[in-house]
Amino acid sequence: MAFSMLQRIKGRIISKGIGEGSAVVTHQPLSFLGGVDPTQGVIKDPKHELYGTSIVGTILTFPQGKGSTVGSYVMYQLKRNGKAPAAIINVSSETIVAVGAIISNIPLIDRLEVDPIAAIKSGSRVFVNCVEGFIEVET
Amino acid sequence: MHLNRNDEDTLAGELGPVKQKAMEILVALGDIYGAEKLIPIESAQIAGVSYKTIGEAGLEYLTDLTGSVTVPTMLNPMGMDRYKWRQMGIKEAFVEKQLAIIRRYESLGIDAQCTCTPYYVKAPRKEAHLSWSESSAVSYANSVLGARTNREGGPSALAAALVGKTPDYGYHLDENRVPDISIKIDFPLAGADFGALGYVVGKIINSQVPQFSFVTPPSDDELKALGAGMAATGSVALFYPEQGAMSSEIIELERSDVDIYSSSEPDVVVLGCPHCSRSELTEIARLLEGRTVTRPLWICTSRFVADRCSSLISRIEATGARVICDTCMIVSPAFEKRSMMVNSGKALEYGPNLCNSHTVIGTTSSCVNTACNT
Repeated sequence: MAFSMLQRIKGRIISKGIGEGSAVVTHQPLSFLGGVDPTQGVIKDPKHELYGTSIVGTILTFPQGKGSTVGSYVMYQLKRNGKAPAAIINVSSETIVAVGAIISNIPLIDRLEVDPIAAIKSGSRVFVNCVEGFIEVET
Repeated sequence: MHLNRNDEDTLAGELGPVKQKAMEILVALGDIYGAEKLIPIESAQIAGVSYKTIGEAGLEYLTDLTGSVTVPTMLNPMGMDRYKWRQMGIKEAFVEKQLAIIRRYESLGIDAQCTCTPYYVKAPRKEAHLSWSESSAVSYANSVLGARTNREGGPSALAAALVGKTPDYGYHLDENRVPDISIKIDFPLAGADFGALGYVVGKIINSQVPQFSFVTPPSDDELKALGAGMAATGSVALFYPEQGAMSSEIIELERSDVDIYSSSEPDVVVLGCPHCSRSELTEIARLLEGRTVTRPLWICTSRFVADRCSSLISRIEATGARVICDTCMIVSPAFEKRSMMVNSGKALEYGPNLCNSHTVIGTTSSCVNTACNT
């Protein structure tokens, strides 16, 4: 199809900023400590459905974080290594990912008007605006 | 969430980028958990201190952080005793990283007392709001000392320490401090039994707020062990140890439910999870009197308590046992992959997962007997 449509969805800003990239979507919660390789930006938990997937420069979309609060520091390390996602979309954020996104300057939005796991397909182009509080998804 | 003028200024960056980020964290957490405002805290206590736990990721973050905390702040235990690390067999590469972490925290104005029992150093006032992250200390502060704290993660406690405030939600609010389950124990318990009880109850009730009914009132040391166990196998952050109105949901336990003791031939016996009080050190010294330790026996306490119990510690160490400070057996590389015997429900839970150690629990006296091989 030559033309694509943009769907705009409002949400709640957790960490400010703007990011754009290709979506990586999972319905499984994610632990950054032990779950993500901070030097490569690749999911390294063999039990996770995204095992082996790069999250570098992506719009990483998952329900919420889990695991150790040290995961916040792993997100900071990803950013410092230039391997962070361009932005994160959560269904409903919890402390680990919220804190990690803020200290790492990774835009994070949650509580969207529609379920982002269903609305966004992996590989589609997504624009995250955490200044005004919305995302735009190419459909 | 409502912010006052000063909070707004901090959020706008008027106190610099570090406090601005810290305020952004508190505001985000307040929004996530539905807080209406920020409240001042009396003190903070920060987890994420051992290099084994936070690794390069945490060290990198701390290395970039500047500024200073605005309330008295202490640290959780690290992976070694600051002075006796050689005796513990800790490698120099670890020591270097560990001390770098401590120096970073100290540069932020944090008192580098590394202990899971900060309340022995300075007890919070009743009703004081805190941002503590060590789960057993959170439980003790809420349940025994009558202070109010959520179970913070290391990074959120650090943000609260920098700003001096925390979002007003969870266990800061009366409505979340009401017991919702009663636990009836009509047989006598003593000492390590309470750690075992905590281990069992935490698995059953997860994050509920239990009201206990005991035959006789437990000591503060026993309540410490109970809370530590429940916080390890569940996420219990508040319990009521005194008789009170029974909830509609009642659990009655039998002695056989909490008898999880076993004997073994461990590589090492470790006491002091959470860190020993003076009375616990007194008990250990009494049990060891006139005996010789034939299997490694390590006893963890805070440097604050150790400094005030030097003659007790001399008596303990004369038997061949070793008293170490600043250290948590679980976050120390010294106890990895070694079979352990402990007197703590908390250590029993974390030993296998975090140290890869086959771990058994016994009473304090059977732990001492095992170490002395009699």
